[in-house]
Amino acid sequence: MRNISMAAAIGLTAAVVANAATAGTVLDTVKARGALVCGVGTGTAGFMLADSQGKWVGLDVDVCRAVAAALFGDAEKVKFVPLSSQQRFTALQSGEVDMLSNNTTETLTRDTALGLDFTAVTYYDGQGFLVNKKLGVKSAKELNGATVCVAPGTTTELNLADYFRANKMTFKPVVIEKVDEVRAAFFSGRCDVYTNDSSSLYATRTANVPPPAKPEDFIVLPEIISKEPLAPAVRHGDNQFADIVRWSQYAMVEAEEYGITSKNVDEMTKSDNPTIKRILGVTPGMGKALGVDEKWVYNIIKQVGNYGESFDRNVGMGSPLKIERGLNNLWTKGGLQYAPPIR
Amino acid sequence: MAVEALGSAHRVKVAPWNDPVIRGWVFQIVVVGLVAGLAWYLVSNTIDNLNRQKIASGFDYLGREAGFEIGDSMIEYSPASTYARAIWVGILNTLRVAVLGIFLSTILGTLIGVGRLSPNWLLNKICVWYVEAFRNVPLLLWLFLFYKLISEAFPGPKQALSALWGSMFLSNRGLYFPVPMADPIHKWMGVALLIGIAGAVALHRWAKKRQEATGQPFPSILAGFGVALGVPFVVWLLGGAPHHLSWPELKGFNFEGGTVIQPEFTALLLGLVLYSSAFIAEIVRSGILALHKGQSEAAAALGLSRGQSMRLVLLPQALRVIVPPMTSQYLNITKNSSLAIAIGYPDLVASINVTINQTGQAIENILLIMAAYLSVSLSISAFMNWYNKRIALTER
Repeated sequence: MRNISMAAAIGLTAAVVANAATAGTVLDTVKARGALVCGVGTGTAGFMLADSQGKWVGLDVDVCRAVAAALFGDAEKVKFVPLSSQQRFTALQSGEVDMLSNNTTETLTRDTALGLDFTAVTYYDGQGFLVNKKLGVKSAKELNGATVCVAPGTTTELNLADYFRANKMTFKPVVIEKVDEVRAAFFSGRCDVYTNDSSSLYATRTANVPPPAKPEDFIVLPEIISKEPLAPAVRHGDNQFADIVRWSQYAMVEAEEYGITSKNVDEMTKSDNPTIKRILGVTPGMGKALGVDEKWVYNIIKQVGNYGESFDRNVGMGSPLKIERGLNNLWTKGGLQYAPPIR
Repeated sequence: MAVEALGSAHRVKVAPWNDPVIRGWVFQIVVVGLVAGLAWYLVSNTIDNLNRQKIASGFDYLGREAGFEIGDSMIEYSPASTYARAIWVGILNTLRVAVLGIFLSTILGTLIGVGRLSPNWLLNKICVWYVEAFRNVPLLLWLFLFYKLISEAFPGPKQALSALWGSMFLSNRGLYFPVPMADPIHKWMGVALLIGIAGAVALHRWAKKRQEATGQPFPSILAGFGVALGVPFVVWLLGGAPHHLSWPELKGFNFEGGTVIQPEFTALLLGLVLYSSAFIAEIVRSGILALHKGQSEAAAALGLSRGQSMRLVLLPQALRVIVPPMTSQYLNITKNSSLAIAIGYPDLVASINVTINQTGQAIENILLIMAAYLSVSLSISAFMNWYNKRIALTER
């Protein structure tokens, strides 16, 4: 893996150099290629995971599909590139991928010094701790002296150090590059605690506990020690491409708010509601403004579904993870998912 | 025309474009110019593009707070330390495993290499199988195997295996054992050790000279150890012989006090030593086999035992063949230590990778990591070349 990040860095140099000669926009490149190249994680159940047929599924994957549907009218025109937490930014900076949809937390440093732009928040998350029930720990405040497994190069790693410093506690980190190896180290007992975004902890508990241990043997501690707004990222500088990614996400949320689903989207095109007519491109104008086909939202919803459907199918009650909507409910239902109007 | 020009070339001064000396210079200048131009183009373009994409550049980040914890550090380090210090911790960790790895694999490799030449059938076959097993499986797999073995096979800290009347504890958190409490005398004992070693070397030289002059042998090796260890011991006694130990104790999740050898370090060192010693064994064997049979026969004729003839006659000569390929093995050990990242040992690559990720400055960090490995490797080469010159055959 070390070689890959090394290669990525050299690739960055090469690509940065090559960029100078042909300073085309990301959007032109993507359109000319005829497919979107989307950087996802190496495998977190519910968010991005290649299933038994090799098809990528998950909440983050659906964002890539939605963008492809908006751009090409075909949600399958995406090439997924799995990246570790350490490879992802270099891969995006160097142009190896067009966008990241990788459970990446939006932060000031990443937005500025790394030369990235974040679009809309896909999932409002927070960092938590997974422990074995046998430890008898009830609160993160009792973790003084613990050994903690954590993936490198993440906000998680920094929050962990901040939290223990703030609470005058000490810990020993075990940092392994591949997330599978981090989990394996935790389940083998090398660490007392595994820390990650709490959504990932639920995913790990559901999908990665090695038998004979059972998911019920592990608990996620109640403390959420950070804000982790997970958002897709694009390179700084191509605003139109960033707009298309952002509004593809908003379209999914907006569709849920107006009750447009993949099942009823065809009937909805006959709706008299002017907002719905505008969203679905029956009244033209929105697609032109964004620089995509007028039926862009129709394609997204028909092929991928609205935000609620995607959430339910991948991480919500319709999935093994059974994560509550919570903060990720629509603003009308007490959550934070709030899309600006499509008008 | 052509005939005329050829004919006159011998007598008349040639035109500058036909003069081989001038031509040689021109070609060299053009090549250097092209390389410099290409380098300038790459560098200026890169800087230009980084600026255009608004990606930060420069080495200012080294002085900023790192914010991440490192699990295994030889020096004082906390998340409040700077990135520069985090990288320094990584360099020291790399050096620690590389130096120990080189030392141990040289010893083990020499033993195995000599063992392969042994007339004892069992010893011989064990050494053959050892070499074949370790040489033919990638190092990364050995590392995974050793790491899994340690973290899966040993019990958790609460059921730790204790040894030596509860002073040492072995668990999947590592091997905990007591160490002397920190005391100001330790620094002086370190200085004394250096003085003692210098004294031992001087003693050895004196003994050698005397033996050459008078034929009187002197047990300089044993006496040397005595001097090297005796001086710090005397300093320790003078310092009031502080003998308080810090004992490991189970507190909460883990042992506290004492010191620990962590599983990641153990797995990496074990993998590096066992893997590299297989190669070193083959180098040693080839070095010995390169000697003429007459050498061992002559040694036997002089009445030297097998051990003596190996130590005094064969190995010193074999070293001349052994040292150059050994240098590349040592470089390999150092560079292979970067596989540490796969099993979570916080070496230089791990520190740099996290730094790249938190600062986004890949180019600067990759330059740093290359510079670090280059200087370590060049130091090893320089030392080995010096040693090679020293033992080279001096022709009289």
